[in-house]
Amino acid sequence: MAEVLVYVDHVDGAVRRPTLELLTLARRIGEPVAVALGSNAEKTASTLAGHGALRVLTHEASEYADYLVVPKVDALQAAVEAVSPAAVLIPSSAEGKEIAARLALRIGSGIITDAVDVEAGDEGPVATQSVFAASFTTTSRVSKGTPVITVKPNSAAVEAAPAVGAVEALNVSFSDQTTGTKVTSRTPRESTGRPELTEAAIVVSGGRGVNGVENFAIIEALADSLGAAVGASRAAVDAGWYPHTNQVGQTGKSVSPQLYIASGISGAIQHRAGMQTSKTIVAINKDAEAPIFELADYGVVGDLFDVVPALTEEVKTRKG
Amino acid sequence: MKYVPDATGDRHFADDLTVDRDDVDGLLSELDEYAVEQALQISENTGDDVEITALTIGPENAKDALRKALSMGADKAVHVEDDDLHGTDAIGTSLVLAKAIEKAGYDLVVSGMASTDGTMGVVPALVAERLGVPQVTLLSEVSVEDGTVKGRRDGDTATEYLEAQLPAIVSVTDQSGEARYPSFKGIMAAKKKPVISWDLSDLDIDAKEIGLEQAHTSVESAAQRPARATGTVVKDEGEGGKQLAEFLASQKFI
Repeated sequence: MAEVLVYVDHVDGAVRRPTLELLTLARRIGEPVAVALGSNAEKTASTLAGHGALRVLTHEASEYADYLVVPKVDALQAAVEAVSPAAVLIPSSAEGKEIAARLALRIGSGIITDAVDVEAGDEGPVATQSVFAASFTTTSRVSKGTPVITVKPNSAAVEAAPAVGAVEALNVSFSDQTTGTKVTSRTPRESTGRPELTEAAIVVSGGRGVNGVENFAIIEALADSLGAAVGASRAAVDAGWYPHTNQVGQTGKSVSPQLYIASGISGAIQHRAGMQTSKTIVAINKDAEAPIFELADYGVVGDLFDVVPALTEEVKTRKG
Repeated sequence: MKYVPDATGDRHFADDLTVDRDDVDGLLSELDEYAVEQALQISENTGDDVEITALTIGPENAKDALRKALSMGADKAVHVEDDDLHGTDAIGTSLVLAKAIEKAGYDLVVSGMASTDGTMGVVPALVAERLGVPQVTLLSEVSVEDGTVKGRRDGDTATEYLEAQLPAIVSVTDQSGEARYPSFKGIMAAKKKPVISWDLSDLDIDAKEIGLEQAHTSVESAAQRPARATGTVVKDEGEGGKQLAEFLASQKFI
């Protein structure tokens, strides 16, 4: 059976969830071979083995942290040459897409970004994408070279699938371009204790109607009662009420949780683009004509300052 | 820069499963306005002789995007147009851009973070790979001083500060600063600024290298997503929070 390369997104050896979802998809196409790079890469092996990785190729070097994107492209290119895989799967983060693009160009392949599903096909893997603010669904195939596909978070279930997970050292020689862009400093994002926005099963978002930075506390309180991540519309972020890293929409994060609760968000196309594929959508808005209600499985026309705290209390009561 | 179908209008696919660019209203991709703005600011802050060239690939009406950039303050424009470009994918687009950038000459290439139609966000990285220059991308802050470009990149897990020597390619996000509106004077001045047209032969590109037939990916199907089933909408008469909790419980969320 052909091998499928999976690029491992990890922080100091802790594998991030989208990589485990990729292993689920990789097993549909072939035998997963993981590539883990940088500090504590070997520590990822046991988790990866538990989710189906037959082999884990690792390489530790300071270049991965000190220079942008290109060192990782060099390593993946080396892995492609060593393994001759049937496909390369990479998490669809901003960095993941840049790595994928440069890799595809170097190995003469096509690239598909932001897939929401990947299936085996007669002529190679078939990727499903959601386009035009999720108003269309397309299926595509890479028709030249080894398919390079980036996959969005929440596109597949994480499945336990014990495999060997043999750790092997990957030989990497860095290219002339490797040291072009220096990372002069890095500040890790402070943990809020809440789930990661793109990975959360439930997202509670606030928009223009929240009307002030101090009022986001009621959005956060609802999120915490549900164990949810907090999102914000572009209007709320532009007003400075919530950080850009929490922005949901075209120029922010694209989320696809089981439940999305939009409070005080009208539902402009730019916002819908980032949340339209959520399984269940709930909307709270004063304006009965707000377009968000067209998407909502359940909507409440009312003042969010009444409805949201009441909902939070009710959730707490029911959860005991 | 990219001329794209208006996202607030009706966007669809043509019969060959490419984005329909003929039958729709178009405009300069909003995210590219930030690139024009940062180019103008870098030029203003550098003080010495900076010339800004606006570059786009696309059909005749893509010139509208160039006019917008010229009226904001760019000095000249280059329009790459050729019937053989139809259906070109991101890999092919990066080839055309790289050739045009080399022909135009450059110290710094500034682009938007992604187009508002394709939304891949990979073209700046691809162009950097082709040109063999540093990629300094997805910046929320950017500055140029003494031949060095510096910027701030807000990633998923960390904020990074980046640095590279010119020549380089940068891309800027919508957090980099609101784009200016063209002044009346700017709009009038833009009419006198040069717009150069190049086709593939001007760029020494063989038509066999690009276009729909040569794309590295093929779209096999495109279907309109079924409209979401109409949900329940209630008016809050004091019980809205409770009713909502009831719904969430019925869906097993609580």
